[in-house]
Amino acid sequence: MRTVRKKVTIYTGLIVLSMFFMVPFLWMLSSSLKLDKDVLTVPICWIPEIPQWQNYVHIWKRIPLLQYTVNTAKITICTTIIQLFTSSFAAYAFAKLEFKYRDRLFLAYIGTIAVPWQVYMVPQFIMLRSLNLNDTHLAIILLHAFTAFGVFLMRQFYMSIPDELCEAARIDGMSEYKIYAKIMLPLSKPALSTLAIFTFVNTWNDFLGPYIYLTTKMKKTIQIGLRVFMDDYTQEYGMIMAASVLSLIPVMIIFLSLQKYFVEGIASTGVKG
Amino acid sequence: MLSRKRKKSLVAYSFIAPNFIGFSIFTLGPVIYAFILAFHSWNGNNPIEFVGLENFVIMGSDSRFWAALKNTIVYTVSVVPVTMMLALGLALLLNAKVMGKEIFRTIVFFPYVASLVACAAVWNIIFSPGAGLVNIILNALGVENLPRWAADKQWAMFTVVAFSIWKDVGYYMIIYLAGLQGISGELYEAASLDGAGGIQKFRYITWPQLRPTTFFIVIMLTINGFKIYDRVMLITEGGPGTETLVLVYHIYDKAFKSSQFGYASAMAIVLFALVLIVTLVQFKGEKKYANS
Repeated sequence: MRTVRKKVTIYTGLIVLSMFFMVPFLWMLSSSLKLDKDVLTVPICWIPEIPQWQNYVHIWKRIPLLQYTVNTAKITICTTIIQLFTSSFAAYAFAKLEFKYRDRLFLAYIGTIAVPWQVYMVPQFIMLRSLNLNDTHLAIILLHAFTAFGVFLMRQFYMSIPDELCEAARIDGMSEYKIYAKIMLPLSKPALSTLAIFTFVNTWNDFLGPYIYLTTKMKKTIQIGLRVFMDDYTQEYGMIMAASVLSLIPVMIIFLSLQKYFVEGIASTGVKG
Repeated sequence: MLSRKRKKSLVAYSFIAPNFIGFSIFTLGPVIYAFILAFHSWNGNNPIEFVGLENFVIMGSDSRFWAALKNTIVYTVSVVPVTMMLALGLALLLNAKVMGKEIFRTIVFFPYVASLVACAAVWNIIFSPGAGLVNIILNALGVENLPRWAADKQWAMFTVVAFSIWKDVGYYMIIYLAGLQGISGELYEAASLDGAGGIQKFRYITWPQLRPTTFFIVIMLTINGFKIYDRVMLITEGGPGTETLVLVYHIYDKAFKSSQFGYASAMAIVLFALVLIVTLVQFKGEKKYANS
């Protein structure tokens, strides 16, 4: 009897709490299928009588959503590739090679993890502007592609791979580049996946970077485009919500299919700090 | 002929170079530049001029700066304990043997990965003063004088804080879940043999064992609290008045709206100092936990 009551308490708690997290998304979905005038009405109608599917059609014409998506995809994919390649490359040297100033250099990397981006966003903008990179996608890519966090994450993973493996390959006459490409890289798939997902989601969702740098309408990303649309047409709730739903889909697909790597990534970097 | 050692070093540098060059130009350089700019006056056009500590003196009489500093601290102090406790509570619930816990975990975690702009958009509609969902519910419960939330002097900060908690709690819950899984089952078995109940087990085993995790979470939450900006921008735009003006908001305005790059950088250094203090506390704490 006691265990039954306990179970009921746990499930009730979980369901109530998960409603708290889910309701905003359900509301978003429901409103995206309504006429603007029906979004804010009493009593609440969760399932619209006549779903306004055309919201999802019209939005593509109201704002250049396709262009925004292409821009965001381009920035996100380039950033992720550069990040994975350069981080894993540098991390290999920090973990498995010996050279002068190795530890000091690594300390400089770690040190900057503690400096929030907000502290240097202004000088960074000034520098990129002086390189004539403001209002370019390249600026956003460069902004995100060389993080100390990526090097740190990959290094931690490589440290867990026994040195003997590299030593044996060296005795066989393999060059360091070959050891990296043929041995380390295939072994580090879990860490690479974690880094890829985090970079993808962060870049896709980034608001402040594109907001500071991109001024031309056709160069904007989904997040900025969405924000501009919301500012210009505050009352068009139906379409704002439809655009919001669409902007969530790519991240949702990645998240649901690769959730395992998210959870493992947070658990391993989180607990260790 | 290059010596073997020399050659080894060169190979190593070639591995680091692609990342290090990018990192130096786009991260390390700007960090150093921020410290230099903080002691200069510059509007982007005029010649850059050394002014010593003047920027920091100006800060002392800038009422918006003090309001921003106060609001940043109020925000952080509100977000940290609630997020921590809620994350712990959820982790404890999901650590129990429940069916479908993966689904619950996904639901709680999803806001964290969902687009900030989209989430803020729906938050604004749910908290809209007219017939937003929250006010409809409050009205049905018989509450009079319904708050105007983001537009309400008394409730604007609350609206942002609630949003942050909702968005981030899933992330910290996952860290807590990892911490809970690290606690040895034997401890609980021994406690059961001694006749300890659920609350006692929590008090004498779970809570003390989770202390390093809790410490880490509090530090992370505090640092993220100091950095708050985009959420405020998307929900209240710093208003009404200066009710939700936060430090980074003020830095952003000074730099990109009034081109006071030196002054903005000086305030950025203050932000850095705040974060640094917390980071130093973290180092001390980690040493303590590593020794015990």
